[in-house]
Amino acid sequence: MSQQNKNEWPLWEVFIRSKAGLDHKHAGSLHAADAQMAIENARDVYTRRMEGVSIWVVESKYIRASDPGEAASLYEPATDKIYRHPTFYDLPDEVKYM
Amino acid sequence: MSLIYTLRLADDALILGHRISEWTGHGPILEQDIAITNTALDHLGRARSLYQYAAELFNQLPDAQKTSVFTSVAINALVAAGTPVDEDDLAYLRDSGDFRNLLLTEQPNGDWACTIARSFYYDAFHYFYFSALQHSSNAALAAIAAKSLKETTYHLRWSSEWVIRLGDGTEESHNRMQQAIDDMWMYTGEMLTMNAAEQEALAAGYGVDIAQIAPLWQNRVKEILEEATLTLPLGTWMQQGGKDGIHSENMGYILAEMQFLQRAYPGMEW
Repeated sequence: MSQQNKNEWPLWEVFIRSKAGLDHKHAGSLHAADAQMAIENARDVYTRRMEGVSIWVVESKYIRASDPGEAASLYEPATDKIYRHPTFYDLPDEVKYM
Repeated sequence: MSLIYTLRLADDALILGHRISEWTGHGPILEQDIAITNTALDHLGRARSLYQYAAELFNQLPDAQKTSVFTSVAINALVAAGTPVDEDDLAYLRDSGDFRNLLLTEQPNGDWACTIARSFYYDAFHYFYFSALQHSSNAALAAIAAKSLKETTYHLRWSSEWVIRLGDGTEESHNRMQQAIDDMWMYTGEMLTMNAAEQEALAAGYGVDIAQIAPLWQNRVKEILEEATLTLPLGTWMQQGGKDGIHSENMGYILAEMQFLQRAYPGMEW
């Protein structure tokens, strides 16, 4: 990550949960001087059109992302391990829609 | 009468909303540009609700009374022709003598600190004002007040936090914020003093008792300024007149910009 310009406010990632939703989804990012302002900026920028009823903000520097260059070793081994999926049960009709 | 009372509230919302909207596209930071534009929209939405109600009240007046409410030529011409008045007519066809907004609302935006100081004084007052007005015996005003209270709660939070951040900030931000607090102070007295129409409204049962609210406002302002390491202004001389149609030079420029299109192209729609 490049050195942040000292004159710029920190960057925050914003997650919003919609009224009917169960989880907070990533909505975007914004600059703010502190956590309080980050919540308010998120309210003003990302909930104007009733997109959500709950806001999480996290300073971007605390987000740790996986390295796309390691995708092969991280994810490919899982593709041929069908025994990890719960698909060998006969479900009775009563719970068919599980 | 409740027409004048309602119009005063609508004028406050319109003029302050217009002033704040002047920041659109010029905000210091993208997120704050959006935030302050949202606030302007809140005020304009409130103005619309109030003007719609005021228009209803105006149209219900006996014909003889209608021509003596306003002095502005344009709106009286409409009234003389027998046309019912609507929210746009009230907003665009009255001249400054018929506007009853607070002088505070027409002050120039200045720098960010100045805009914040103006909003802070206004929001702190209206938070308590709408809390009281939502219990008005007038159902329309009570409903508008209840909705406005939610918006004002956020506005007050936003402006208070900026006062604190700028006051308790760098030397430059502290000086600018102190200057703004001092400059806007002489316009706060008008908010806290009831004029004849407001006394009448209180007596009639639907108006807010501003005397009850003044100390609440003073305490809140003191509290926030203290946290912001700012000094509470001590001046006691207060500028007055806005509520009675006597405005500063600013008003002419505001109305010229705001009303130009409707007056140059009467009846034009988007």
